[in-house]
Amino acid sequence: MFNTRKIFPLAALALLAVLPQLPVPEFWITQLNYIGLYAMVSLGLVLLTGIGGLTSFGQAAFVGVGAYTTAVLSTRFGISPWLALGVGIVLTVAVALVLAWLTLRMSGHYLPLATIAWGLSLNYLMGNMEFLGKYDGIQGIPPLEVFGISLNAGRSIYYLIWAFAVLAAIGVSNLLDSRPGRAIRALNGGVTMAEAMGVSTFRYKVVIFVLAAILAAVSGWLYAHFQRSVNPSPFGIKLGIEYLFMAVIGGVGGVWGAFTGAAVVKIVEDQLQTLLPKLMGASGNFEIIVFGVALVLVLQYAPKGLWPAIARWFPAGPRLRDWGGAPPLESRSKPRPGELLLEVDKVRKEFGGLVAVNDVSFQIRAGEIVGLIGPNGAGKSTTFNLITGVLGLTSGQVQFRGEAVGGLASRLIARRGMSRTFQHVKMIADMTVLENVALGGYLRSHAGAARAMLRLDRAEEKRLFAEAERQLQRIGMAGQMHELAGNLALGPQRLMEIARALCTDPALLLLDEPAAGLRHKEKQALAEVLRQLKREGMSILLVEHDMDFVMGLTDRLVVMEFGTKLIEGTPADVQASPEVRAAYLGTEH
Amino acid sequence: MDLSIASILMLDGVTNGAIYALLALATVLVFAVTRVIFIPQGEFVAFGALTLGMLQLGQTPGTIWFLLLMAVLVAVLDLVAGLRQGRPLTRVLGGVLKAAAFPVLIALFALWAAPQKFPLLVQAGLTLALVTPMGPLLYRLAYQPLADATVLVLLIVSVGVHFALTGLGLAFFGAEGFRTPAFWDASFAAGPLMLSGQTLIIFAASIALIISLWLFFERSLYGKALRATAVNRLGARLMGISSTTAGRLTFTMAAFMGALSGLLIAPTTTIFYDSGFLIGLKGFVAAVFAGLASYPGAALGAILVGLLESFSSFYASSYKEVIVFTFILLVLLWRSLRDPHSEEE
Repeated sequence: MFNTRKIFPLAALALLAVLPQLPVPEFWITQLNYIGLYAMVSLGLVLLTGIGGLTSFGQAAFVGVGAYTTAVLSTRFGISPWLALGVGIVLTVAVALVLAWLTLRMSGHYLPLATIAWGLSLNYLMGNMEFLGKYDGIQGIPPLEVFGISLNAGRSIYYLIWAFAVLAAIGVSNLLDSRPGRAIRALNGGVTMAEAMGVSTFRYKVVIFVLAAILAAVSGWLYAHFQRSVNPSPFGIKLGIEYLFMAVIGGVGGVWGAFTGAAVVKIVEDQLQTLLPKLMGASGNFEIIVFGVALVLVLQYAPKGLWPAIARWFPAGPRLRDWGGAPPLESRSKPRPGELLLEVDKVRKEFGGLVAVNDVSFQIRAGEIVGLIGPNGAGKSTTFNLITGVLGLTSGQVQFRGEAVGGLASRLIARRGMSRTFQHVKMIADMTVLENVALGGYLRSHAGAARAMLRLDRAEEKRLFAEAERQLQRIGMAGQMHELAGNLALGPQRLMEIARALCTDPALLLLDEPAAGLRHKEKQALAEVLRQLKREGMSILLVEHDMDFVMGLTDRLVVMEFGTKLIEGTPADVQASPEVRAAYLGTEH
Repeated sequence: MDLSIASILMLDGVTNGAIYALLALATVLVFAVTRVIFIPQGEFVAFGALTLGMLQLGQTPGTIWFLLLMAVLVAVLDLVAGLRQGRPLTRVLGGVLKAAAFPVLIALFALWAAPQKFPLLVQAGLTLALVTPMGPLLYRLAYQPLADATVLVLLIVSVGVHFALTGLGLAFFGAEGFRTPAFWDASFAAGPLMLSGQTLIIFAASIALIISLWLFFERSLYGKALRATAVNRLGARLMGISSTTAGRLTFTMAAFMGALSGLLIAPTTTIFYDSGFLIGLKGFVAAVFAGLASYPGAALGAILVGLLESFSSFYASSYKEVIVFTFILLVLLWRSLRDPHSEEE
């Protein structure tokens, strides 16, 4: 048990706890207080930017909401700061929800633009409203009290600041290693895969933005009672950008990057603020030149920031296998063999004037493997995307298990038991194979962000991992479950996608070119896996190029050419068909 | 409010709107071609206005040294990159000289010309010649190494560049503001309105620039190459259009439009080293109005922003900025209702 992974955090925590009792100069206690406050805000940005692929320049404004709320309520109305914290959080959440609702359904860059505008607007409001003390701000904020102890000195509020900071870090760490955490990690780099696993990506974008805003507001509340006064300047757009800078320089990919970044930026900023004006012979915020250039250089040369270099000293071991004997996840009722499963009825897709899929119809019955083949550009993948809801139908209908699913969002179709893989593997490269497959169990589990942060989701997590391991065993990949998905070769990555799709407990499995790019042996292994799935009663729709692969595997084939269905029949019928030969090889003249 | 006040406010709004339109067009152009959300667009405005302000006083503006520094950095980077790729030294040197020649020559000329107190128009031309080459140099230094990064990373680079340029602005020009003399001191009465010569110049310059942009994109090969890159970077590259060249050309145009906006706005309001950010952001609001995609939409949005600003400064002057920047939220609401699907990057 005595590994550096366990000892280091405990030692750091112990050092944090005794530090104010040691004869450390007041200056460094103040620095540490600021670092704790800043780290909380940049922690939110790590979640938002590094994990979720969104960003915000308005975090300083949320800090301001937390600070001003408690300043006004505690000085003007004598309301308890703890109540004011609640009010501040409610206000913050309301603002964050409005901004999220306005921007998050559009491309990712509208959120940061909206947060710039929001940050500027709020700053001008603070500076111009009589009620908020204009540019002078509000003075005489009472100190916080905990159990009757007044936290009126830097050394005493230190404990509260760091208690919040450490709890926030633990909460976010817990969140990232959980069902909602995997969904959040799937946001970065496109939403199609997450949606296909049943994740409402919009909802999780909102969740992380609101969480980041709450962290900022709590930091602001602590700041107000630490400084005992507020004015608009620390909540402006400059600080908003600096918080992002902290997250990026520290390492936007993990929780501890936020702390590294906050510490480095705060300490360097102090040095620069005394050094640079002397150097330039004038007063001013010259440190922003250094920060700006450093930010660009970090993104160019070390986009993962400083933390990964530190983290190398504390290598993470494999996940402890603690899910033995966990009860299985609930599974859906399976269709009876031969039952009509999927009915594609004259589906059509037009892109402008181009008809990509032209009134294609076919059916799949439970227990069948159906292949969808055709030359390049025949519209196979588009048909696939129409069935799974990734693309909208121009006309036509899709019935799945007797229910019309045409026009539904792909996550709603996934909920009904249709699961798919992708032509170009879509995975979370920095998660292990096991975690990637566990994402497939998203719809069969329920834990939300709050339960995950409080670690109340462990029983369900065990069931998820047990299921993920079972699916990996099913396709013969259990030996690689602790590998990072990004380190796998293409063949195993495709198999992993199949395991992930199986983890959703599908009634129909749709595989988009599963054999593309595989070596001969890998193709044979894949074919064996698919045969085994068929023996177990799985129904499969397969888009494929490789004729040998398809002919030996499928019950029926649907051949497409130029967006139109050419012929449908058994592999033997299709092989004998002159039309198919013409489509693939051309005709003799 | 009577009609005469309303018409004065309208004129004021449309005048500022014409300047915001230039910035909005530059923002849309840069985003379309390079996917960079160019927050520092406004810094070129401040650089333009303040460089002219210092030339007026016969002082040597710091932008000259900055241009030289950037040219030297780019030369060193290009040299190192060229040698690493194993290209022959003479060709590498030739390329470096070609890229650095104009910035260095114009900087040296400006060093000589700065204390001479040339006429205003000559100084304006010199200012444009100084600020415009910063565009491609900036692209080379900050964005080109990350040309294939996500929009998010490019946006973060943009705020880094904005930070650095604002701080440098303070170092070059100090905290004092500058206001340059009008290019044309005439004034004309049109009913209740007083049209100043400067206003007419702003309109004329904006309209001329918009028309020449239109001609550039419709009629010139370079313009068509930029449009091709905006539609499909990979496809354009396969057709032999270098995305690096497209990026540098785009940033040249953006810097020129920014500096020109600075020259146009400097006689109407005092410009400080950090004024560019807010002015640029107003261009931004207009560009967002057009979904960062449509040029006529951006121009229309800019006029709207200008009008909103002038009327709100009449009704609630201290909340002027709040109103303008809250307007972006309404614009976003309108956009998200009109075009609700999210797109994949």
